[in-house]
Amino acid sequence: MAGVEITEQLSELRKDFPIFADIEATRPFYYLDSAASSQRPAVVIDTMNRYYRHSHANVHRGVYGLAEEATGIYEAARRHLGRFIGASDPVHEIVFTKNATEALNLVVQGLGRVLLTADSHVLLTEMEHHANLVPWMILQEQLGFTIEYLPFDAEGLLVLDDLDARLERASILGVTLMSNVLGTLNPVAMLSERAHAHGVVVVGDGAQFVPHFATDVRELGVDCLAITGHKMLAPTGIGALWAKAEILEQMLPFLGGGEMISDVRLDGFTAGEIPHKFEAGTPPIAEAAGWDAALDYLEMVGMDAISRHDRQLTTYAMRQMRERLDDRIKIFGPQDVTKRGGVLSFELADVHPHDVAQVLDQHGVCVRAGHHCAKPLMRELGVGATARASFYLYNDEHDVDALVDALLDAYQLFHG
Amino acid sequence: MNDLDDLYREIILDHYKNPRNQGVLEGPTVHAEEGFNPLCGDEVKVYVQVEDGVVHDIKITGQGCSISRSSASLMSQAVKGQSLDEVKATVSRFKRMIAVEETEDEPEPVDLRVIGELAALQGVVKFPVRIKCATLAWNTLMLALDEESHSV
Repeated sequence: MAGVEITEQLSELRKDFPIFADIEATRPFYYLDSAASSQRPAVVIDTMNRYYRHSHANVHRGVYGLAEEATGIYEAARRHLGRFIGASDPVHEIVFTKNATEALNLVVQGLGRVLLTADSHVLLTEMEHHANLVPWMILQEQLGFTIEYLPFDAEGLLVLDDLDARLERASILGVTLMSNVLGTLNPVAMLSERAHAHGVVVVGDGAQFVPHFATDVRELGVDCLAITGHKMLAPTGIGALWAKAEILEQMLPFLGGGEMISDVRLDGFTAGEIPHKFEAGTPPIAEAAGWDAALDYLEMVGMDAISRHDRQLTTYAMRQMRERLDDRIKIFGPQDVTKRGGVLSFELADVHPHDVAQVLDQHGVCVRAGHHCAKPLMRELGVGATARASFYLYNDEHDVDALVDALLDAYQLFHG
Repeated sequence: MNDLDDLYREIILDHYKNPRNQGVLEGPTVHAEEGFNPLCGDEVKVYVQVEDGVVHDIKITGQGCSISRSSASLMSQAVKGQSLDEVKATVSRFKRMIAVEETEDEPEPVDLRVIGELAALQGVVKFPVRIKCATLAWNTLMLALDEESHSV
């Protein structure tokens, strides 16, 4: 029984996350919304606490010991994140941002303004999150280039029939590594290889993928990758853009201010060195320290173990949903679990996702209901909203059982 | 589960499953307005036909959850045949009931006999996130009527 294995492996880990014991003391709590934001182990919270109690000063400014200590903590997090994703130059290729959305805005404005003109084509996919759509549309309003979209099929897989023709026209390919709605794992290594054959720069959205799979940017072949901390056990308020050093060198500054310059005169400025030229203002230092601790934790558990666990739980959930709800439930995205991550969007027959989520909440089951910041994708699916359950290392089959029990109750309430 | 039963009482489920006044209206005296709840993707379109200062007819299309659809249906029943002043009073009473409209003074208790079937939506108060679902059609109706008052 896959389910039993899951429990035995992870019942210990769950104790590292104080929120579970805290809430479970008073009510049932089945947290199935990690694709929106994960929970944090105590070590991440304690690290931030320790930083503020003992080590805080602004970074890259003071020459006193405490400022150097804070700078050291911040830069160590940068190097750790770089190593974590297989960057060849961790010191220069990681730019800290507020989140993955800001990382994508940074690359759109920084690189888009260099590479794109009114005649250019940008190739995106119909399954992108708004964060990898709207920044391009904002720049499109300024520059007037064309945006094309790769469609997806009934299984939620990208349709790549005319990929080469589209890449031939394109300057940039923007693609999510994993859909936040369908769970689809896109064949990014292959897409990057084909894109590069046409001289196309590849911008990957790693917000959903990086927290769940061992990531090596060299294997993926992407040129830029947007990442966020809060979906991978780290604090909110910090994300990162990884990009090849030669790409970052080409990019124009995006946010201006302190820290990102080497000189400012009254008639202009000279931007600083990478990655600092993209980090205007005081950065999220405590959050970087927390992210560093989160990376340690993920490495201790092992990213491959996490991927395996997600897959076991997804398999168990799909089977339970089908067995106990049969044709009353529709699961979107690839039915083959090897083609998807631990994100399950579904529709309960004739019950609106909002109502589903409301009834589930009464059972202590937390799922997301809505358009998941992917309205074009929703229109393709022909729905206004879906409910979505997503798994992480601290979930087990009890969470899935509670979910399916609650779904049966919701169905009963609206059809009884 | 009492709160939930309150939220999904029979009247709401009935209006969700069999929404009243569904459809579209056309003609020179018809005003239409679309409303969206960006949070959940709910959409509603309200058509009102106003003649001699009275809501002569009202129709509604759209998609949404049980709360937003039943609220729209109940609203259409409540305001059909009302004068514009009466509609305003009904909207205000409804919003006070679900605690959207705040007053400086002690709010007067809502008279459930006056508000009628709309009282079924009272349970929404306990679910703040759902208040937006409940008010979507009402806010859209007010926009449609604003348009009406501008065009006179």
